[in-house]
Amino acid sequence: MAYSDKVVDHYNNPRNVGSFDKSRADIGTGMVGAPECGDVMKLQIQVNASTGVIEDAKFKTFGCGSAIASSSLATEWLKGKTVDQALEIKNTDIVNELSLPPVKIHCSVLAEDAIKAAIDDYKEKQGAGAPAEAVTH
Amino acid sequence: MKPIYFDNHATTPVDPRVLEAMLPYFTEHFGNAASRNHSYGWTAEDAVEKARKQIASLIGATSKEIVFTSGASESNNLAIKGVAEMYAEKGNHIITAATEHKATLDTCKHLEKKGCRITYLPVKGDGLIDLDMLRDAITDKTILVSIMYANNEIGVVQPIAEIGKLCKEKGVLFHTDAVQACGKIPVNVIADGVDLLSLSAHKMYGPKGVGALYVRRKGPRVQLTAQMDGGGHERGMRSGTLNVPGIAGLGAACEISQNDMPTESVRLRGLRDRLRATLEANLEEVYINGSMEHRLPHNLNMSFAYVEGESLLMGINDIAVSSGSACTSATLEPSYVLKALGLGDDMAHTSIRFGIGRFNTEEEVDYVAKKMIDVVNKLRELSPLWEMFKEGIDLSKVQWTAH
Repeated sequence: MAYSDKVVDHYNNPRNVGSFDKSRADIGTGMVGAPECGDVMKLQIQVNASTGVIEDAKFKTFGCGSAIASSSLATEWLKGKTVDQALEIKNTDIVNELSLPPVKIHCSVLAEDAIKAAIDDYKEKQGAGAPAEAVTH
Repeated sequence: MKPIYFDNHATTPVDPRVLEAMLPYFTEHFGNAASRNHSYGWTAEDAVEKARKQIASLIGATSKEIVFTSGASESNNLAIKGVAEMYAEKGNHIITAATEHKATLDTCKHLEKKGCRITYLPVKGDGLIDLDMLRDAITDKTILVSIMYANNEIGVVQPIAEIGKLCKEKGVLFHTDAVQACGKIPVNVIADGVDLLSLSAHKMYGPKGVGALYVRRKGPRVQLTAQMDGGGHERGMRSGTLNVPGIAGLGAACEISQNDMPTESVRLRGLRDRLRATLEANLEEVYINGSMEHRLPHNLNMSFAYVEGESLLMGINDIAVSSGSACTSATLEPSYVLKALGLGDDMAHTSIRFGIGRFNTEEEVDYVAKKMIDVVNKLRELSPLWEMFKEGIDLSKVQWTAH
């Protein structure tokens, strides 16, 4: 399979790799996927409670190059956005940015799910908004 | 720079000595081997008969027992469908194994639709079939057992002589797809009790598009219903003008492999063991798939836990290998061979097959080992599963969001 230059770049130089302490109140953690499906993404956001702005984001991904690139790109996009703005990121934006082929669209869906799961987790910790919903797709 | 080729189970480069043997039959000696009335035909026929002897010699057969085909897929089709049709009055039951090549499995599925009964034997954790299970599966309706000599993914070598003996006892024909074994390890149709054997040139440094089927002529005399009708070539079993240059190449490939096998297999085993030892000494959580004891000397199939196979391949893009990961297959399913060994999908996703060949060097092995170690370590730093494993979390107890 041929990869787009952007996928290769994210694979070779993944942005924001790492982990936050998930017990912290200002951290939201989303983990989606399953090992037997071949991809698991963990995406974390650090939110400024007074402004609602995502000040930092980190990820770790087990999966193909497109899955790594999708989650790496997601962390870049999340930084500086408010939580509400972050919810507007759609998997199709990731598909377009990375030129993902049809067979890799599920990687972008997983990244969108990871963003939502991280935000749900953060909101739940804050005791505001809707309780975290189980991610199904 | 061209990638280092470590995918010699998929195909092999043509040995220059093989190419040399083929070249005259394209332009100078272009005759049709079936032309009986002029020297062009006779020269072509001589080349074909020489190749027949070379192939027969490699597998302990006689040259009259060799039928030329387009490759091992055709040989498997001809053997299995040919027996099913020819012996339909005797029975309709065929036994094969879950880890066979698709050329065998899909042929059996085709026959299943036409009313045959097929038993797909499971394999043990080491990839080998259970002989007692095979014995129990044979009924008075069984006409054929088809078990591969050596597996194309994990390289495990089945107990062929024992299977042959059992089939003889029960009066059942025995076909083996020996495409990965021929030219690599000793194969002898007499000692192994094989009645039909498939082989292919391009897996042993010959050209693509040519192969052969061994069909036993004595004790018992095996008959086949032809699957290709026409001029009655190859004793009526496979019509079609013979691919003389390809056949000359197959013959030369067999002779070279037979001569070189004693030294080549030792050298390749040394390289394979060096690769394995380096990987195991430098990486935790790596697992060999399939028996190490009953295995081709040049095969290594390993799972690198917590690292997905396709991302691994992407990191080693200057090395040509293949993975059991779903992402690298057309079906998006992980390797059915690895799953048949009882591997979970998660481990099948992390597997890499190394196939070392005649033209690989120790320097290449060392380069591949180092690169693998670097990329696995890098991807584990990226892997949430590795992080959880290091934290002591039992991944099998985690509630995943399957998709």
